[in-house]
Formats: sequence, C-alpha cells, structure tokens
Amino acid sequence: MCLAIPMQIESIDGDLAIVNVAETRREISVALLESPNIGDYVLVHAGFAIKKINEQEALETAALLNEMLTK
Amino acid sequence: MKFVSEYRNPEKAKLLAEKISHIAGDTPMTFMEVCGTHTMAISRFGIRSMLSSSIKLLSGPGCPVCVTPNNYLDHSIALSNLPNVIICTFGDMMRVPGSTSSLERKRAEGKNICIVYSTLDALAIARKNPESEIVFLGVGFETTAPTIAASIQMAAREKLKNYSVLCANKIVPPALEALLSGRVKLDGLLLPGHVSAIIGANAYNSLIEKYRVSAAIAGFEPTDILEAILKLVTFVVDKKSGLHTSYVRAVTDTGNEKAMAVMNEVFELCDSNWRGLGNIPLSGLSIRDGFSFYDAAKKFEVDIEPTVEPVGCKCGEILSGIALPVDCPLFASKCTPENPVGACMVSSEGTCSAYYKYNG
Repeated sequence: MCLAIPMQIESIDGDLAIVNVAETRREISVALLESPNIGDYVLVHAGFAIKKINEQEALETAALLNEMLTK
Repeated sequence: MKFVSEYRNPEKAKLLAEKISHIAGDTPMTFMEVCGTHTMAISRFGIRSMLSSSIKLLSGPGCPVCVTPNNYLDHSIALSNLPNVIICTFGDMMRVPGSTSSLERKRAEGKNICIVYSTLDALAIARKNPESEIVFLGVGFETTAPTIAASIQMAAREKLKNYSVLCANKIVPPALEALLSGRVKLDGLLLPGHVSAIIGANAYNSLIEKYRVSAAIAGFEPTDILEAILKLVTFVVDKKSGLHTSYVRAVTDTGNEKAMAVMNEVFELCDSNWRGLGNIPLSGLSIRDGFSFYDAAKKFEVDIEPTVEPVGCKCGEILSGIALPVDCPLFASKCTPENPVGACMVSSEGTCSAYYKYNG
C-alpha cells in the first residue's frame, strides 16, 4: 500500500501540518520529517508526510530526460 | 497536480516506450516489480501493452495484504469477537477471506470494525472511546511501518491505555533475496519507490553486488515506470549489473533517517511467513518488549481457528512470479472481485485484481 500523494505544506503546528493539493486541504503529521518548512512539497501516506520532494532534482531529471528523448 | 501530471504526459510515455523497444530489440528479458502500487499502476496505465512482447514484466510479492497468511486474518477476526474491542484497519483488509470468515462479514454480524485511513484516526477513536479497546491491524511494508511505529510512540507519550497494534509488518529486502535465489530467472528488478524513499537506495547495495542483478527504483506515474524500465533494459543490453535511482525526486541514498529511527525504536526484526515465499528469516517486524503494552498479540488471549487455505487458489505461485493470474483455474470464474477466493483478487493492490480490472 504505497499510495502517497504530493502535497504542499501550508502551515505547521508542532507535529501537525495543514497540507493542500488541488484545493483539497488536510491535516497530517510531520512527526516523521526532519525540519519541515512551509512551502515544502511532501509525499503524504496514511496521514503522515514521509518524505520531502526534491523539486530541484525533479526539474533536472525532467530536463535530462527531455533532452535524451528528443535527440 | 504538481509532481503528478508532468509524469503522465502521453507524448513522453510514447517516446520512452519507443526508446525501450529500440534498445531492447528482440532480446528476451524478464523483470519483476515488488510493489502492489506498481502492480496496479502498470496494469492501469497499460504499460505491458506499450512494451514489445520479448519483455516480460512480472508482478511479485508486493502487496502486503496478499503476502500476509490467513492466520493473521483469523487472529484479527478472533479479536473482533472480544467484547469492547474496536478493530481499526486499512480498507483493503475488509474483504480478504480468512479461513472461514472475513472482517466485512464480522462487521455485518455486528462486530465493531472500523476502516481508517491513518493510525492517527485509530488513536483519535481510542481517545474518544476510553471504555473500548482499540486494536489497529498493522499490515504494510516500510512505507507504512514508520506511521504505525509513530502511533505507538504517541500512545506511549500520552499514556493511552486502550490502544494496541496487531503487527504483521514486513520488510522488502529479504523478500528480494528470496526471489533472486528462487525459481524464476530475473534479469532485473523494478524497486518500490516509496519503500525506497524510507529505506534509501543504499539498502539494496549488498543484494545487487551479491546477485549481480540490475535494478531501478521507480516512481508510480507512467513516465516514472517507463523511465525505470528503460534503465533496466539498458543495463541488460550492456551486460551490466547495478542500481539506478530513477525516482530522484523522492529517493535519496540514505532515505528518511528519522522515519527509520522511529521504526527501529518501536520494532525489531523477526522471522516472518510470506504467502508464496514461505518463512523468510528476519523479514518481519515485531513490537519490542519496551512497547509490549501496545502489542495486541500479547495484550489479548484469543483462540484462533485452525488455518484453512482455499482449495485451488494459486495466490502463492502468482505472488512469487511462477504463475500468472490466468494460470489459476479459479481466475475470473469462481474467483472475482465480487466473490474473491484469495487475497490477490480482493486487495486493491493484488495482482489478480489488477489483471481482472485492466486485462493485464
């Protein structure tokens, strides 16, 4: 059961945070994350943020892939 | 949706599939994925139909509900018979057949069984119902295990007296070892993206070295999966072994160390029985003695009925990649999503369920 949804942190209150994606807002736990920040995109699974999404890496690999495919 | 839509681009998917075919040619190759969410995504997005017929993409023991033996379900059902017990479970456990009943049937008989999305919901139910005993059914791999461990830590901090977990969590790497040393010859592995987000890419290094296999850690959207398959095909054609993290936006070499620490504080390794793979040493998680108050197996004494396996069901062979759903005499005849015989048909991530819904 590995379904996890990328959501953005809107606010943080201790171990809890409000995250949103496409107008849906949810309260989740950030107890499993080291230093979560407002604005971070995180993978949300079973009510917990389990990993921060690395936006930079995402952009870089997307660019590399595009380059390879259009060669 | 950010970080989702970009990875569903049909043009990019088409180009990736063409590139895969170009590199692979006619060379037969067999890859296996070991993640229930990959099982579903591959079927749902029609990935197999995009690949040339020489590439076989097998589904393995990636569905935690499917690999959990009947005895656990029977134990859960026995607990549901206790007065004042509220069973809290993820949804896909409800319709899985136990030896003679299911949680869904017990709920219809009036037992208190609640579907929850998160252990946080189960904790909230425990706080609101101090006169009841809340038992959470802990099934899942390393993506879910930290959330269950965290709930036990929270219960301990709050001194919550009425929350416990019936733990059947398992970990993936020992199952990979069992597969790689098993009957099915594999040219490569598609590794689970979110398990890897937790355990880190380095967790697979010793396996890759020992078995000289190629592996790619994949995300769950169509271009994620195709990109990882492209990498696997390239490894095979170049006659190289190695590990590639294709899911870089979520997976690092060391994973989520905080989540791992939470898991290690609450759980310890134990031998575990996997449907289809048998007993695998040190592949399961059990609750440490320091948290035994939250261990439902120790807290409650119940009689569990003798295990009965469904006759003719090939779940075990399907989970280890030896058979396909269509090889099972019950598939789509006696065993359907409406009337499932085995876990693989009823679980939202079961191989038979995926093949039935999406035709392969």
